[in-house]
Amino acid sequence: MSAMRGGRTRIEARFARLRTEGRAALVSYVMSGDPDLETSAQIMAGLPAAGADIIELGMAFTDPMADGPSIQVAGLRALKAGITLSKTLAMAAEFRRHDTETPVVLMGYYNPIHAFGVPAFLAAAQTAGIDGLIVVDLPPEEDAELCLPALQAGLSFVRLATPTTDEKRLPAVLANTSGFVYYVSYAGITGAGSVDADTVASAVARIRQHTDLPIAVGFGIRTPEQARDIATVADGAVVGTAFTDAVRGSLDPDGKATATTVAAVLDLTRALAAGVAAAASEG
Amino acid sequence: MSKPNSYRAGPDVAGRFGSHGGRFAAETLMPLILELETAYRAAQADPGFRDELDYYLEHYAGRPSPLYFAKRLTDHFGGAKIYFKRDELNHTGSHKINNCLGQMLLARRMGKTRIIAETGAGQHGVASATVSALFGLPCTVYMGEVDVERQQPNVFRMKLLGADVVPVGSGSRTLKDALNEAMRDWVTNVDDTFYIIGTVAGPHPYPELVRDFQSVIGDEAKQQILQAEGRLPDTLVACIGGGSNAMGLFHPFLDDDGVNIIGVEAAGDGIETGRHAASITGGRPGVLHGNRTYLLQDDDGQIIEAHSISAGLDYPGIGPEHAWLHDVGRANYVSATDADALAAFQLCSKLEGIIPALEPAHALAHVAKIAPDLPRDHIIVMNMCGRGDKDIFAVAEMLGVKL
Ligand SMILES: Cc1ncc(COP(=O)(O)O)c(C=O)c1O
Repeated sequence: MSAMRGGRTRIEARFARLRTEGRAALVSYVMSGDPDLETSAQIMAGLPAAGADIIELGMAFTDPMADGPSIQVAGLRALKAGITLSKTLAMAAEFRRHDTETPVVLMGYYNPIHAFGVPAFLAAAQTAGIDGLIVVDLPPEEDAELCLPALQAGLSFVRLATPTTDEKRLPAVLANTSGFVYYVSYAGITGAGSVDADTVASAVARIRQHTDLPIAVGFGIRTPEQARDIATVADGAVVGTAFTDAVRGSLDPDGKATATTVAAVLDLTRALAAGVAAAASEG
Repeated sequence: MSKPNSYRAGPDVAGRFGSHGGRFAAETLMPLILELETAYRAAQADPGFRDELDYYLEHYAGRPSPLYFAKRLTDHFGGAKIYFKRDELNHTGSHKINNCLGQMLLARRMGKTRIIAETGAGQHGVASATVSALFGLPCTVYMGEVDVERQQPNVFRMKLLGADVVPVGSGSRTLKDALNEAMRDWVTNVDDTFYIIGTVAGPHPYPELVRDFQSVIGDEAKQQILQAEGRLPDTLVACIGGGSNAMGLFHPFLDDDGVNIIGVEAAGDGIETGRHAASITGGRPGVLHGNRTYLLQDDDGQIIEAHSISAGLDYPGIGPEHAWLHDVGRANYVSATDADALAAFQLCSKLEGIIPALEPAHALAHVAKIAPDLPRDHIIVMNMCGRGDKDIFAVAEMLGVKL
């Protein structure tokens, strides 16, 4: 794949378009393979039309140290249903056949990638039309592992900045970040807290002094109102746990998908997208 | 691989032992992990820190622990001379107190006001709860539900000491999941909380500092064996969960060429059954809990549940320094099954009047394998790193005895 169509440019193009529309991005998390491959593929395929601007595709891991119970259990459901990293990449490739514009960012932990092999993984991710990577347990101190090879391969490496990332450390965190910056709104695990728009606003302002990259904010955004508040102060609102909760809430007693599973997630997406749009019309 | 000038120089500035180790941690924790390293370097440079630690090791934990010649076992096997480093005699019944005292003093230097810990067998949880009581800090211990069940006495002990014991129901509900949950607590309470990791694992600098705090075992053993035998031992043997008691014994001897070093992993039902906890024998390098090391994992990099009769060895990884010692060939890693350990547990109780913990019973099981064929002047030092009081209910059940 040529650099022109490489991952960084698809993310850049998306944020550029949103800027002309005067609104922030809705970044939607979907756990690949949850509750089964077919259903999660349907969810993913429906996300752009429902209003998701960027898709974060979760790579399941047995030991997700930074995640709360909802995303932990979603990953275990996916693993139980047979998800693998190869199948996740194949699902992304299938999505890309029908949608050449919506950026897809893989999110997860390093070990499954390590086991796949970094060069093989980067090649497969590129072929699948993946645009960026978020790998929770790879801080800048470990950039040589995956971040630098990924950048070399034309993929974005989206880094997390957190409330504990102080002024001194921020430049190091931003140095090899590309695509966008993901600001984690509170110190903690996913699904545990609630976002505070005022605190986030000052954190976003602080980060803006160090970078021209778009800044998306995640952790603790569940409702359209919260999405609106964050979309007012940041370039993107990331929603994760609310989606895995929506999947869980739609399952039958055996944990299998039902006729309402796909709709539950897409309805939530539409509501959140309306929240983000409301911020634009106010702003 | 070429031989390094010293086997004791690691880790490097990035926390690596060869390709193992490192700092694979979430960004929220990174500033804290760097602060911990700074605080540890300052403590190392401060003689007052060492003095205070030595004071508590001697007057509170009861160090030095004896080096005991196990004559009846030696006669029983009819080969090598067997010595036990008696760390089971420490206050709280295992080597875990050495590390907990060190980390607690570090926590106090850093102004932390709350302690968290993970535990498998409950020994590290008890030691963490103990030092927390000693210094008046609240303590939360994460323990897998499976381990809560099989280590009831230690659960009650922790509660008596004033700790909060949180049963962990996620994943395999054993030690690895307790570690995940402790990390999740830490990431949520970064400002006031100190995480006392119980073994030589986790992001740098934990493997280094836990090793340093446990090296008192090997430092003492070296002096003691020189006094008893006038020479260094031929072989060291220790069991491996994460590897802290083993690293504590091994590290001071790493540059003594003639000393053969053996770590014993838990083989559970047998390596060939797949139901074991032997990460070096049966695993591949991967990244978990902040470091790269040998891990039990499937082809897709998902962590496989470990299995062992011993809750303290039931962990799918091993400390990164052990992984490196294996790679460079300085130490050998072998394994002992549940059945071997259970037999050694009973033999030691009957012949020496020492009821070992199930963890060092694995080390003894390997000693039982090699000692008979070694010459009578061959000296083995084995780390008797814990006492078996905590295990008697579980062992009774396995032997079909109703208490
Ligand atoms: C007595 C005893 N030995 C060994 C271990 C295993 O830990 P490590 O390998 O870090 O010494 C434990 C852990 O709970 C233990 O209680």
